[in-house]
Amino acid sequence: MKLDAQIPEGPLEQKWSEHKKNMKLVAPNNRRKYEVIVVGTGLAGGAAAASMAEMGYRVKSFCIQDSARRAHSIAAQGGINAAKNYPNDGDSIYRLFYDTIKGGDYRSREANVYRLAEVANNIIDQAVAQGVPFAREYSGLLANRSFGGAQVSRTFYARGQTGQQLLLGAYQAMMRQVNEGGIEYYTRHEMLDVVIIEGKARGIITRDLVTGEIKRWEADAVVLATGGYGNVFYLSTNAKNSNVTAAWRAHKKGALFANPCYVQVHPTCIPVSGDYQSKLTLMSESLRNDGRVWVPKKKGDTRIPSEIPDDERFYYLEEKYPSFGNLVPRDVASRNAKIVCDEGLGVGATGLAVYLDFRDAIKRDGEDTVRAKYGNLFDMYENIAGENPYKQPMKIYPAVHYTMGGLWVDYNLMTNVPGLFATGEANFSDHGANRLGASALMQGLSDGYFVLPATIGNYLADEEIGLRYGTDHAEFEKAASEAQAQIDKLLGIKGKRTIIDFHRTLGKIVWDKIGISRTKEGLESAITEIQELRKEFWENVYVPGDKNNYNKYLEFAWRVADFFELAELMAQDALDREESCGCHLREEYQSEEGEAIRNDEDFSYVAAWEYLGVNGKLDEKLHKEDLKFEFVELKQRSYK
Amino acid sequence: MSTDMKIHLKYWKQDGPTAKGYFEEKTLDSVNEHMSFLEMLDVLNEELQLEGKDPVEFDYDCREGICGSCNLVINGQAHGPKKEVACCQLHMRNYNDGDKITIEPPRAAAFPVIKDLVVDRSAFDRIIESGGYVSIKTGSAQEANSTPIEKEHSDIAFDYATCIGCGACVAACPNASASLFTGAKIAHLNHIPQGEVERSNRVVAMVDQMEAEGFGDCSNFGECEAVCPKGISISAISEMRKDYVKSLFS
Repeated sequence: MKLDAQIPEGPLEQKWSEHKKNMKLVAPNNRRKYEVIVVGTGLAGGAAAASMAEMGYRVKSFCIQDSARRAHSIAAQGGINAAKNYPNDGDSIYRLFYDTIKGGDYRSREANVYRLAEVANNIIDQAVAQGVPFAREYSGLLANRSFGGAQVSRTFYARGQTGQQLLLGAYQAMMRQVNEGGIEYYTRHEMLDVVIIEGKARGIITRDLVTGEIKRWEADAVVLATGGYGNVFYLSTNAKNSNVTAAWRAHKKGALFANPCYVQVHPTCIPVSGDYQSKLTLMSESLRNDGRVWVPKKKGDTRIPSEIPDDERFYYLEEKYPSFGNLVPRDVASRNAKIVCDEGLGVGATGLAVYLDFRDAIKRDGEDTVRAKYGNLFDMYENIAGENPYKQPMKIYPAVHYTMGGLWVDYNLMTNVPGLFATGEANFSDHGANRLGASALMQGLSDGYFVLPATIGNYLADEEIGLRYGTDHAEFEKAASEAQAQIDKLLGIKGKRTIIDFHRTLGKIVWDKIGISRTKEGLESAITEIQELRKEFWENVYVPGDKNNYNKYLEFAWRVADFFELAELMAQDALDREESCGCHLREEYQSEEGEAIRNDEDFSYVAAWEYLGVNGKLDEKLHKEDLKFEFVELKQRSYK
Repeated sequence: MSTDMKIHLKYWKQDGPTAKGYFEEKTLDSVNEHMSFLEMLDVLNEELQLEGKDPVEFDYDCREGICGSCNLVINGQAHGPKKEVACCQLHMRNYNDGDKITIEPPRAAAFPVIKDLVVDRSAFDRIIESGGYVSIKTGSAQEANSTPIEKEHSDIAFDYATCIGCGACVAACPNASASLFTGAKIAHLNHIPQGEVERSNRVVAMVDQMEAEGFGDCSNFGECEAVCPKGISISAISEMRKDYVKSLFS
């Protein structure tokens, strides 16, 4: 199989406009003759469904929640980047492109990242026109703030609820199209398989989560906007229902899965408090602007933090990285928190936490100023942790937050399966080995509003109008009966261990061995442990209830079964990548000071995995897409 | 240090929309004070499964108070006792050893029960569908800073826009009215120039849809504002009514 990323020729800044000029179009009166399935209603899926319906395509939209408005994009706090340069601080499309590609540690495609930076400005225009209430200055114009990994202020925000406001904008645009008949809208429907006929994606199989009915849907193209796979770790900042199933099922049907080992661990989350913990809550990165990170110098120091004098505190980020201090990128901050805790210097009941201290900011600016900046975050912290962060430092620890890996797509966001597209966090395309803050919303909306609606026409233009095989076609029959068989199998095991027990155990293996830092030995043992646990899962899991009813644990069982396979692929991918880059730190490949060492000579490629089978062990074949850097010079990142 | 509590739970069970519901009871012996309310229910469900019984179904997703999926009525209060906190962010330290807790779904004709504590809130989607948006197509937006918006208005619009669509307002209202939900969207769009063009059509369409869905009228009890996890002001409702009347005569 030869991977062709379909990157247009020409100078970097003209690639997208040239491509738009050259792409085939579908005439307005023909668009209503094409049907497109969009799975997922987050920023990438909601925006795509609305935009394509506005253009005249007939869209079917599916989500697992009870409303499109609940997709996990809603939880994004910080903001969305765009190089509008309103603050007049020297920003430009090129600079946003450069920061993003550097932040990703040179493991993403130049052409994709440039297009992302280029399209970002349109997103802000679009959102404002929809009525998204971004923060404004007293002049009435839009406000900006700064975020990690950039030296300019380019982040647009709506208090700590930017994701919510942008998602509601996309949701409302979608609802307008539902009203006008452009979108058929199906909530509480989970995609269980993609149907491929004569080599092209022609439909999906869903389960109605209320009645349990297995349904078949046919269309001219399928878009997966189904988010990331952070929940493989069991504990993450993802919503509880976020899962890899749609992407994984596509992978098992032939779509390549790219860079699965690239997982972002966010440095400032509220630590785990006990075994009952079901998710982790993020505290915005913006807190590191004023909070100082430290641990006691002495192991097992049980004094309350305010009583530990300064000379007995280890401000490890400030000491190790004097020029960036507490504002190092996410991967560096997370790794160092783990290092000090591994050395036994961690705090709190579990020893897996570090302090984020606002004492000096309060002394310098006063409590009121700190409250004005971070009041809602401090309240949220107090609510969850039960401690007042104005009096004692916050306890924080890294948590899994975002997955850069995902389905392999070309420049047109199409997977290697013709007619099957992937957008947003579900694809791998724009963030390389590490995503910068305020870039996830940018990518989701760029894909959804502007890129996919343009590129899908280029595909559909060559598709025969009105081609229908019928949902009783053998491939639909096969996919539907396989889905039914899997459900029956899960319900039939009637074992002794609960699904959550298995998921938590799997998550611990993945966190310990495919988490913040990895070793060859650890990855190899992770593969064995995952295989053993997966075997036990299929023999001993207890799935309650029945299939013809609302049954959340049955949904979970299916998703966990898919996580079990994905986890093994993550380990394989991390094992293959014998270098450190961005969030992927192999302990064998680091400097004496513990900094990541890239190997551009041998590993400047996208690892795209082809599923061959699973039988005790997961069998996957690696395909490499070489990354070519024509416009930027590769440098070792340094934040010293 | 955390202490474990004994908690007596009484929770609603109902097999389907037309089935007869009933309460079931169970005592949890070691509830940790740092658990969230929903984590306590996870523990309940683990115990039920290990006893070979069916778990109790409830809706949730983000568990950080923003997706609006969870909507339990706890001891008669939507989202429980803490002000401006969704029940996924309610923690067990707010309870004492030996407490009895009753958990019910939101009760409203327009929110039929799907199973146990899970209800169908698709009526909210249909209210938004009827007009809760600005009719702007992708690609046709003007430059974002070409229309300045007074910060004061923009901030008010934001406050109304923070509605998470959980339905606590409906659950708390003696009339099961959706006026706070509907009013919040109308007030959000009324406070910014982008919403102005469709202002009167929007309010009529949305209010009519709300009635068609079987929600009750507002009689100014104010319970909705009291339970709203986002603290949305009841003045949204007066804005909506004023606009509705104006639209009928314009």
